[in-house]
Amino acid sequence: MISEAGIWTIFFLPIAALVIIFLVFRPFFYRRPDLASLVLISALTAALVLSVWTLKSVIQEGPLTFESHSWVTIGDMEVSIGLMVDSLTAIMLVVVTGVSLMIQIYSQGYMKGDPSYIRYFAFMSLFSAAMIGLVISSNIIQLYVMWELVGLGSYLLIGFWHHRPAAAAAAKKAFLVTRIGDFGFLLAILYLFFNRAAFLDQGLNPLNIADIHAAVPLIEAGTFAALGGLGLTWVAVGIFAGAAGKSAQFPLHVWLPDAMEGPTPVSALIHAATMVAAGVFLVARFFPVFEASNQAMSALAIVGAFTAIFAATMGLVTNDIKRVLAYSTISQLGYMMAALGIGAYGAAIFHLFNHAFFKALLFLGAGSVNHATGTFDMRYMGGLRRVMPWTYAGMLIGGLSLVGIFPLAGFWSKDEILGHAWNGGSVVDAVVFSLLIISVAATAFYTFRMIYMTFHGEFKGGVEAERSQQPVASPDEPGRKVHLAESPVVMVLPMMVLAAGAVVSGYLVNPQRGLFEIPVHWFSSFVIPALAAEAEILPLNRGLAAVTMIVAVAFIGLATAVYLRGRRVPKGVEEALSPARQLASEKYYMDDLYERRIVARGFYRYLGGFLEWFDQQVVDGVVDALGWLSRNVGWALGRLQTGQTQSYAMGISLGILVILVVYLVWG
Amino acid sequence: MDTFDGMLTAVVFLPLVGALVIVAVVRGDRNIRLTAAAVALADLVLAIIVFARFDTDASERFQLIDRFDWISGTAFTAQYQMGVDGLSAPLILLTGLLGFCAVLASWKIGMRVREYFAWLLLLQTAVMGVFASLDFILFFVFWELELLPMYFLISIWGSGRRQYSAMKFLVFTFLGSAFMLVGILALFLAPNIGHFDMIKLAEEGAGAARTIIPLGVVFWFFFVAFAIKLPLLPVHTWLPDAHTDAPTAVSVMLAGVLLKMGGYGLLRISVGMFSGLVIDYALVLTILAVITILYAAVVTVRQTDLKRLIAYSSVSHMGLVLLGIGSVGLVGGSFTTIGLTGAAMQLFTHGTIAGLLFLAVGLIYDKTHTRYIPDLGGLANRMPFIAVAFIIAGLASLGLPGLSGFVSEILVFFGSFKAYPWLTAFGAFGIVLTAGYILWMVERVLFGPQRDRFAHITDSSIIEAVPLVLLVISIVVVGVYPAFLTDVFKAGIEPIVAMMS
Repeated sequence: MISEAGIWTIFFLPIAALVIIFLVFRPFFYRRPDLASLVLISALTAALVLSVWTLKSVIQEGPLTFESHSWVTIGDMEVSIGLMVDSLTAIMLVVVTGVSLMIQIYSQGYMKGDPSYIRYFAFMSLFSAAMIGLVISSNIIQLYVMWELVGLGSYLLIGFWHHRPAAAAAAKKAFLVTRIGDFGFLLAILYLFFNRAAFLDQGLNPLNIADIHAAVPLIEAGTFAALGGLGLTWVAVGIFAGAAGKSAQFPLHVWLPDAMEGPTPVSALIHAATMVAAGVFLVARFFPVFEASNQAMSALAIVGAFTAIFAATMGLVTNDIKRVLAYSTISQLGYMMAALGIGAYGAAIFHLFNHAFFKALLFLGAGSVNHATGTFDMRYMGGLRRVMPWTYAGMLIGGLSLVGIFPLAGFWSKDEILGHAWNGGSVVDAVVFSLLIISVAATAFYTFRMIYMTFHGEFKGGVEAERSQQPVASPDEPGRKVHLAESPVVMVLPMMVLAAGAVVSGYLVNPQRGLFEIPVHWFSSFVIPALAAEAEILPLNRGLAAVTMIVAVAFIGLATAVYLRGRRVPKGVEEALSPARQLASEKYYMDDLYERRIVARGFYRYLGGFLEWFDQQVVDGVVDALGWLSRNVGWALGRLQTGQTQSYAMGISLGILVILVVYLVWG
Repeated sequence: MDTFDGMLTAVVFLPLVGALVIVAVVRGDRNIRLTAAAVALADLVLAIIVFARFDTDASERFQLIDRFDWISGTAFTAQYQMGVDGLSAPLILLTGLLGFCAVLASWKIGMRVREYFAWLLLLQTAVMGVFASLDFILFFVFWELELLPMYFLISIWGSGRRQYSAMKFLVFTFLGSAFMLVGILALFLAPNIGHFDMIKLAEEGAGAARTIIPLGVVFWFFFVAFAIKLPLLPVHTWLPDAHTDAPTAVSVMLAGVLLKMGGYGLLRISVGMFSGLVIDYALVLTILAVITILYAAVVTVRQTDLKRLIAYSSVSHMGLVLLGIGSVGLVGGSFTTIGLTGAAMQLFTHGTIAGLLFLAVGLIYDKTHTRYIPDLGGLANRMPFIAVAFIIAGLASLGLPGLSGFVSEILVFFGSFKAYPWLTAFGAFGIVLTAGYILWMVERVLFGPQRDRFAHITDSSIIEAVPLVLLVISIVVVGVYPAFLTDVFKAGIEPIVAMMS
């Protein structure tokens, strides 16, 4: 069994990499940036080994518990830090360290020659450490700390090319939008702490996650002195607000497409595989709280399912390959949230696990394509499958897995989610099922639209064509040029590893019948008992699987007809769809609503303008008016206004003296 | 009974001695700077020793006492009485730290150097004296003493409308002092008090004083003095003006330690001595705190002058101190301890954070000759070191965990949410607004394409870098391991809370 120190080491390895890169390599070895990346890669390799060991320990021994350590103690309040290592944590550790390792290897190629190469790997170290810290936290404050620090990593890496105004603005937007969600998370923490006395009565600490879990049955049984009625719902809603921010759920999804301004490996790691999945992790972490509240579960299910279809529709009309993937990510995160909302805990985590592989793969593919064409705009790509066969194969596997084609990874988890919704029987389940099955169709269409526009047909000139046609849209940057060739091995190799994951991870870890040593439904049964959720494990519903496959294939076919065969859409249909298309291309005017109407106009111009006027003219105006009065009352007083500080100082001293004397005499 | 440890007397008066030496003995600008730096460094070391010597487990609440009769007469006796408890020891450390940083940040002052450093050191003595004094007369003398150096520093070495701003600062503060003086005298004249001994008042409380004017009025007299100093709405407008026109080092001292005098006064006197009254008014104070936090945050967003922006953000953050104090509405108990400890922590953390922000802004101003935000931009590549310090300060200011600001914020919220959940929830929305104006400021100042006219500016020199590094370290250390500070503050807060219930 792995020791406590061993698990902490997983966290401290990337921290050490950060410190070494920042304090040693940046000042002294800036001529050899390649060494800096090797530091992080070795740290993550060791972290991956330890994570696998942790997973093995959890498989053999069940959840690991350790003593926690005091961080701040005030009176009888103690905020501690510690480790909570259950099956959920163990799985997340392997995903985070494994995917991060692949992406760092890839980054060596992708970021090669960037003047801030070393800074990139320093930030990546920071992010990896925070993400690891997030999944091992045993205390809600500790978790919140790490939660904000992954946000910091995201901020720094989205804005990595901070000389680009779009990148700087996107970084700020990402931080702010997620912080609105975090405000809810904070209130949930405060509300838990508010009921501290009731926790203490039961010998529990309101900040320890395990104790919060332990309190839920007591609250439901009515033997707990607080948090009855809607109490748990409020806690759950607050936590979900935080999760919705990080996982880009409607209506807080607006930051994720913009976050694509960051380097592509960053998008793969942070905005596809790990940080955005942290919202799903957070809900899973507090799942007992959610399960105790029907309202919270319904909200989760509806918001998730709505986000799944809502984001997918925007993916249908976007021309930027990374933004298509970003909308796809939002949509898939919606699947996971919806799955949690209908109680399909195992399926949600299973989908998170699979999604990490195939979505990271797709992003790395997009980065590879960008490496060759210099652009992200699919209208200037095309025909790349001949020059970059490996990338094409990777993207195809990732795409098929995303669409959920048998027997790739995405098929198994998506089908499990749909199966749960189908079997659920309630209205919410029915709504979730319908929205998700429509999303399957949309997913199939936008995925293959992307693949055809990128890899099939004729090459349309890449960044050079883009510049000639849209000189404003794409600022001139060194390093952005057309270089039609397959990417180097350091970039292709991680893609192939992830592709292997995207092919087999679905069936291998969660087989339908015993496979070698792996028992039936190993993954689902492994993660579920962690929280003693009452979720059942469903066998594959073959009829349902057939239906989803037919839907998916049909819409792949539709995409083929339009984007590969070049069939004209009938004019009537096109005209009918045109308003919807416009609406989706304009992102349903939500950026406009938030940025222009609410922030720029409502908040900045009206509220801010009024308060600033009030502050200067009224509050300070009174002060100046009083000053003016005192300066002009009477000639004698006016004479005293000498403007000489010495005389004022003298006046002050004299005044004090007089007051003192008067009081002393009377006293 | 006379007792004399000497430590605090040394830490308070060393800068004064340094100032006198500079005036009388030292010749040459360079020597003056070096002397001032040496004195400030020595005082920092002394402050660290004071902090280290303070024993959180000791049975005596006030330690390192220096006491003898100062003015003794038939009418009254004023003692020279200094001492620290858990509340003041960290603030003395803060003053020592920022005082040293301020001297280094003044390295480029070229006009009337001798006078400048003499005033700056005198200012440090005054602030140290406020935190160390435990006799009302002495306390008041130091409180007033701070005015003069501050006035001259702004009006002579300032910029813009410096005369106006210096006078505004003087008038506001002096108005507050006048109220406080009446309060002090009212207590003294109460037949059952009749002394200026702050230790006795802290231990016995002033709640039973039979003052000539109603005790509630006395409470508000003190409160007005501290509210102006902190500052709170609606008596805050002197601060943006003073900050904008003050030289960098003076802004650092102003935001870093002078405002903390107001917070210290609230905790030591309004809460520590008038616990019954402050509990009665807790709701009013909390409402005032929430208004200050949100109003100042919104006004901050609108600012286009870097220094004004940070000045308004200081107002908003000082509202958090009052919000933490609002937790007295629970009439003692562990939540009040948490809230008040958070308020005290906020004094320290905001001191280092605002100090660092003003240092960075001062450097940016030195190099670009503008503080007008729309004229700035793209500085990150030209001055990476300053940029990193600026960003760390900004992140700490917006309460990023791992940095010091988060610790005090979360403690304040923990305490006050129990007392007034809805009001606190509104106040806590300040964290979103803060993130907004800080990140927007960082974006406009540091990010974006590099401007041609800033093509030749340079990063910080070694002398300029030292204070940045010191403050960054303190922000990170407190953020990662806050216990070494919270344990001390808690030792100062617990006796105060114990008196309430």
